[in-house]
Amino acid sequence: MVTGPGPLRESGAVNEASTVDAASTVEEKPTPVLECRSVRKVFRGTTVLDGLNLTVAEHDVVVLIGASGSGKSTLLRCINLLETVDDGDILLDGEEITDPRVNPDKVRQRIGIVFQAFNLFPHLSVLDNITLAPRRVHGKSRAEAEEQAYAWLDRVGLRSHAKEYPDRLSGGQQQRVAIVRALVNNPRLLLLDEVTSALDPQLVGEVLATIRDLRDAGTTMIIATHEMSFARRVADRVCFLDGGSIVEEGPPEQVLGDPQLPRTRAFLQQVTSLRDGSPGGAAAVGSGERP
Amino acid sequence: MAYRRRQTIRSVITAAISTLCVGLLLGFTIVNAPGWDRVQARFFDAEVAWRYLPAILKGLWLNVRLLVFCAIGALALGLAIALVRTLRPSVFFPLRVLATSYTYVFRGAPLIIVLYLFVFGVPGLRLQGTPSVLVLGGIALVITYSAYLAEVFRAGIESVHPSQRAAARSLGLTYRQTMRYVVLPQAVRRVAPPILNDLVALQKDVGLISLAGPVDAIRAAQIGTAETFDYTPYVVAGVLFVLLAIPLVAVTDAVTVRAARRQSAEGAW
Repeated sequence: MVTGPGPLRESGAVNEASTVDAASTVEEKPTPVLECRSVRKVFRGTTVLDGLNLTVAEHDVVVLIGASGSGKSTLLRCINLLETVDDGDILLDGEEITDPRVNPDKVRQRIGIVFQAFNLFPHLSVLDNITLAPRRVHGKSRAEAEEQAYAWLDRVGLRSHAKEYPDRLSGGQQQRVAIVRALVNNPRLLLLDEVTSALDPQLVGEVLATIRDLRDAGTTMIIATHEMSFARRVADRVCFLDGGSIVEEGPPEQVLGDPQLPRTRAFLQQVTSLRDGSPGGAAAVGSGERP
Repeated sequence: MAYRRRQTIRSVITAAISTLCVGLLLGFTIVNAPGWDRVQARFFDAEVAWRYLPAILKGLWLNVRLLVFCAIGALALGLAIALVRTLRPSVFFPLRVLATSYTYVFRGAPLIIVLYLFVFGVPGLRLQGTPSVLVLGGIALVITYSAYLAEVFRAGIESVHPSQRAAARSLGLTYRQTMRYVVLPQAVRRVAPPILNDLVALQKDVGLISLAGPVDAIRAAQIGTAETFDYTPYVVAGVLFVLLAIPLVAVTDAVTVRAARRQSAEGAW
């Protein structure tokens, strides 16, 4: 679906330049896009994140798995500063964004997030949903923002729906618009929070196809998901969260195929038995892709 | 099909007959009341009505102008207070307390007392540049109605789901931009019917300015009544107020119906 170099590539080029700069000063290792150090988050006495560590390099696709309440969504919301962490640091391109002196609006301009429930703005058309931030935050002209929006809509096959309002679209279409809305600002990092959980099974495939497409274009992503087969196909690294920290992480074949910890094994068994498929569960994604 | 049509025709005829009966009964009772002749002469005198219509209409023009200014003022002030009341950061605690007390005090205080305080109390201070009684009365109306409107706006703002704010902020929009482009457009659409309803009430209450002395429609009617010992001018003013209200009431109803339809459409989805 990717035709020619999209905006992602451009941002990638800029990033490479900046990491080269960083590399020259800080030895060989390039600065990771995101680094979470001992992040802790407590909600009314319940510890949701308990000293979590996570590093995401440029172009990495990290998939977070774990039971409901294991802290996946909270972690994503903390990274995007929609929640404030109680302890620990989060660094974006080496800059400590959890520092209270940092302007969260400036940080969020560099991070995109897509929510489980789409959260499109119901009073704005698809086009206006997408161009709102480019125009109001990034100071683009209407013409420029719309041209860019149309290019993205073409890419996800929704150009003909540009003037429609979100309630006229299917769940899968809405979620693809939400992804475009986040990506049109060329974020350094894209966070996807259970983006297929609210969709009818037959609509899951089109959204997953869009995400795979982004991965191939080099987008740095953190994905919280329950779709194990999708995790296997798209992830560079799978992290299993339990009790507010990452207890097992590694390449998907290892974590999903040959988990080391009993906790991970127990979780995967539960998930796959729910989906009544083979442990790989490739059928789920495969069938989803067909119209 | 034919049966259903017959049923419809029958129900229309039943409704017409029933309305006619009630109307006749009411009219008959009033016209045959022992004091009808005197009431007719004192309240429905066509000659008096015609004589005072121009003065009352002239007064009504004052009401209309006052209504426009008060409506704009009350909407703006009400929205501002609602925005202050919904500010979250703790720095704004004193402001929030002020705004909250404002809505408590001026929703509780009878309009007529606020009006008296402004139109008679403020000039009594003998300050330089005290505005005219008309302006002071307008301020009293704006203050009272903005307290009501503020609560309606606040309800609207709080009815917008937090996930909408989260989505807007996640795109890098500031608090102000989130309010301006995401929250308020949805909030105002949702509370448009009750807002318009309050404006209909305001339209009536601008007539209270007559207590302060300016010659509006009601004051003009009062003068007419004093001259003729006949209440017909009041009836004329009342009818004019109703006629003035009809367009706004109709708009309110239309907006309410549209909002209800949209809500059920959202629900269906």
